[in-house]
Amino acid sequence: MSTNESFRPRDWGTQPRYIEPAYKSTALRGPTRPLVPIRQSLSELTGPVYGHDSVRPLDHDLTKNGVTDGEPVGERIVVTGRVLDEDARPVSNALIEIWQANAAGRYIHEVDQHDAPVDPNFFGGGRCVTDSEGAYRFYSVRPGAYPWGNHANAWRPNHIHLSLFGPAFVTRLVTQMYFPGDPLLDLDPIFLATPEAARERLIAKFSIDVTEPDFALGYVFDIVLRGRGETPMES
Amino acid sequence: MALKQTPSQTVGPYFAFGLTPEQYGYPLDDVAGAVMCGRDIDGERIRIEGRVLDGEGAVISDAMIELWQADAQGRYAHPRDPRGSNAGFAGFGRCGTGTDPDKRFVFDTIKPGSIGDGHAPHINVTVFMRGLLVHGFTRIYFADEEQANAADPVLTEVPEARRATLTAARGETPSGTIYRFDIHMQGAQETVFFDV
Repeated sequence: MSTNESFRPRDWGTQPRYIEPAYKSTALRGPTRPLVPIRQSLSELTGPVYGHDSVRPLDHDLTKNGVTDGEPVGERIVVTGRVLDEDARPVSNALIEIWQANAAGRYIHEVDQHDAPVDPNFFGGGRCVTDSEGAYRFYSVRPGAYPWGNHANAWRPNHIHLSLFGPAFVTRLVTQMYFPGDPLLDLDPIFLATPEAARERLIAKFSIDVTEPDFALGYVFDIVLRGRGETPMES
Repeated sequence: MALKQTPSQTVGPYFAFGLTPEQYGYPLDDVAGAVMCGRDIDGERIRIEGRVLDGEGAVISDAMIELWQADAQGRYAHPRDPRGSNAGFAGFGRCGTGTDPDKRFVFDTIKPGSIGDGHAPHINVTVFMRGLLVHGFTRIYFADEEQANAADPVLTEVPEARRATLTAARGETPSGTIYRFDIHMQGAQETVFFDV
């Protein structure tokens, strides 16, 4: 393999730190020793391949894939964007896995004990795939805020979890998409664990152009995965 | 470089219905599960099992582990591997630690072959959990590959005292071969995580 086919390193000016005192669960779970740098080999340059074959027709529509006897409650949204690498090259045919709380701030997950109601017509999990231009789109309802035990009166801002593989083992990304103007953002230790300059990259933009008349408010959220770099790899 | 990376965020405590729904009994099929090999796949059947432990030694029941590995001939099921892979072995598995009675991850797979260039057989591991803001990259090596491990270009970059954290012990049971690999997030036995 030539020298220009490896991936750029994780940008530690962008990525959160492992131990973040304000986010209490990190204290005993984040690695404390320096990461050991290694050169990328075939193990890192390859990765699991999941694309269109992994998605069923309703997987991208969370307003429909959990319906039992009616429509889910909440403000309908359409979320779209592009998955790109650091050189703005589209990441095509890439699987995105999605999970979120319902409009009342309750997850279908059995561990969630928040006493907000479960919505019998909303599951909250789904998937979509990027097209040849790296574009994706999914439908849902805006997730509600919910309390959590990190500190007194702690509430998570509205957010949607997104999981991507990208083209290689090293491009794996699990992140959360937040909503513009949410007053809980400035109080959320998970969001604030991200270096300040990078935080805005976690917030979707409202778009009237994406908004579908009489149906759903539109948000745009672009996702940037690690790009290809010039770091020499092992030959 | 035109764009900046999207920051990672924790997978949180509620990933199971989105990422490992079948394993946890939710009505969505898994993209990938913990049984990685079908009957037709060549290779030595092995089980990989272990626990994820926090800095106080408590077993973590809401972690998710992903494995990425080559087939028995050392080939990855990916277009960048010019040698191709034997049909049907995707080489990818996922397991949450919340469903096993002992909160272990348990994968049924095959032992990978060497990918060449002096690499010892290994499995690439990604670690996710509530309280982990950026996923961890580590590797599983096999204790019975002592000679190959001694020459492996990644293992030899790891301080000698810490190499044992990357080696799974082999055990034989009536139901087959089991490699045990605990992941210590912190402490004296803190697992080596890679910057790669």
